Amino acid sequence: MSDPQTSGPAATPAGPETTTHGDETHHWWRLIAIWVVLCAIGDPLFYFLAGPHIPPGTMTNTAQGAQFDFNVLFVIALPVLLGVWIYMIYVFVMWRASRGGPEPVGGPDARGHLGIQVGWIVTTSVIVLFLAGFGTYELVQPGGAGGGEGSNPIWTPTSKTVLPIQVIGQQWKFTYRYPTFGGFETNELVIPDNTTIQFNVTSLDVIHSFWAYQLGVKADANPDYNNVAYTTPQQLGTFIVRCSELCGIWHGAMYNSGAVVTPQQFEAWAKLTAIRLRQNTKLLPAYALTYTPDANGADGGYYPDNVDKYSGVEQYGASQPKGGG
Amino acid sequence: MVVSGRSGNGGLTMASSAWKVTVTVIVFAVMAVGAVILVINLLGSPPTVNFTADNSGQVNVTLQAVGSYGSGDHPTWVSYLVKSSDGQWVHTTVFQVPQHVRINVTIYNYDSGSPLRNQQIGQVSGTNGNVALLNGKAFRVINSNNGNGVGHTFSIPSIGLNVPLYGNNGNANLCAAAPCTFSSPHQIEKFSFTSPGSGSYRWQCFVPCGLGYLFGNGGPMSTLGYMGGFMQVEA
Repeated sequence: MSDPQTSGPAATPAGPETTTHGDETHHWWRLIAIWVVLCAIGDPLFYFLAGPHIPPGTMTNTAQGAQFDFNVLFVIALPVLLGVWIYMIYVFVMWRASRGGPEPVGGPDARGHLGIQVGWIVTTSVIVLFLAGFGTYELVQPGGAGGGEGSNPIWTPTSKTVLPIQVIGQQWKFTYRYPTFGGFETNELVIPDNTTIQFNVTSLDVIHSFWAYQLGVKADANPDYNNVAYTTPQQLGTFIVRCSELCGIWHGAMYNSGAVVTPQQFEAWAKLTAIRLRQNTKLLPAYALTYTPDANGADGGYYPDNVDKYSGVEQYGASQPKGGG
Repeated sequence: MVVSGRSGNGGLTMASSAWKVTVTVIVFAVMAVGAVILVINLLGSPPTVNFTADNSGQVNVTLQAVGSYGSGDHPTWVSYLVKSSDGQWVHTTVFQVPQHVRINVTIYNYDSGSPLRNQQIGQVSGTNGNVALLNGKAFRVINSNNGNGVGHTFSIPSIGLNVPLYGNNGNANLCAAAPCTFSSPHQIEKFSFTSPGSGSYRWQCFVPCGLGYLFGNGGPMSTLGYMGGFMQVEA
């Protein structure tokens, strides 16, 4: 922090004995003052003005959690960024080399300053360790933070009422099955407000990824595997579902929209849809957490054939469910 | 090297010139190759069939689905064809319609059928009345486990449109080279829907009918001009 022009080897060959400690203190406190003021302005400005608008928004508790995490990270990162920028600009302005002057290199501080080094290591270590702890906690709260938790979730929501919805990926669209409403399967994803949703995500062919961006939900869709993710809507509105795993030529077009509606609207929609699709629902296999396409599929012969045929549960579409039409 | 050349050293000047020529030739070669690739791609893209509204303000679109195209680079591939306004069958899956008009679609299916991997696509949706006509008879669902099963679908996911195409008997003497005619076994399906606002709408068959490809979704299922394409909606 000492002025190279006064403490550098060209100006002060004798070294640290001639360092102007008064100037060091002066620069140090000046830098800190600028940094504190800018942080005190920048952080609240971001958190309270920009923060509420940061994606993915607050449509669900998991989306809100992701937004909160982003805002906290930004509030922590901004002082670090400002510290580097302020110091850099300060150095450019205060300690730039003057024409004809000594080379601004060398000096005892250029070879190391114990206080600064210790301070830097301690500060960055505290920040990193805090972020590790904070990030780990936020990664699983609330109820898995909207991420796919595998077939046996460890972090489950506290709500006693959970609406299960099966998300089925296939090249190249998602369909949704509502097991508690007769097991109908539809292209539409409609969910009720203030209700904890349990997404059971699977695939009928290759690996897809169910990414309901505004819901703060993202879970891989693997064939023969049930990947569970939770969320609780807290705002009405529409959202977009995209596949976020490169899954073939039409991957980029594998998206659709969904809606969060009131519980009353959802009940009405679900009952109406169950009636509208009842004829086809009878032809679907019994609801299962995963389905295995078999060799009896379309045009036959090119599906995996090492599966149990017509198990009634594991088969999807190739077998007739009991009582089916 | 340029600086040295200017200093009057003849050898270095020649080397500098050769270097410039080499760079120029490489740049032009890259541009030429790019242009050729672009032209090949443009020529290779399936053509667009343009449909306009008739006097009643409706648009009539006619397609056929064949089990094997029978010629070209992929004679064994299953494919759709589009009938142009002058009555010619065009090997394409790209067609253009006006926005916000009634589209009357007729599809001749010359392919066989089978049980579906996902019976969900056996449901008619997104058409006027959520209904379609199979050989003149209205239906909402095809049970793919009965009869000839489902051969293909005509689906535009972004507007929720899905119509399953009932298959022909696989043991019959099916048409093996497009364009097919009524002399071959076929099923006729008709349905209507209202075109959305202007834009490009992907459509595809959702029956994994790419025989010999992973999960049946490669080959013709992944190639524009065969089992998927675009409905271009113009304002």
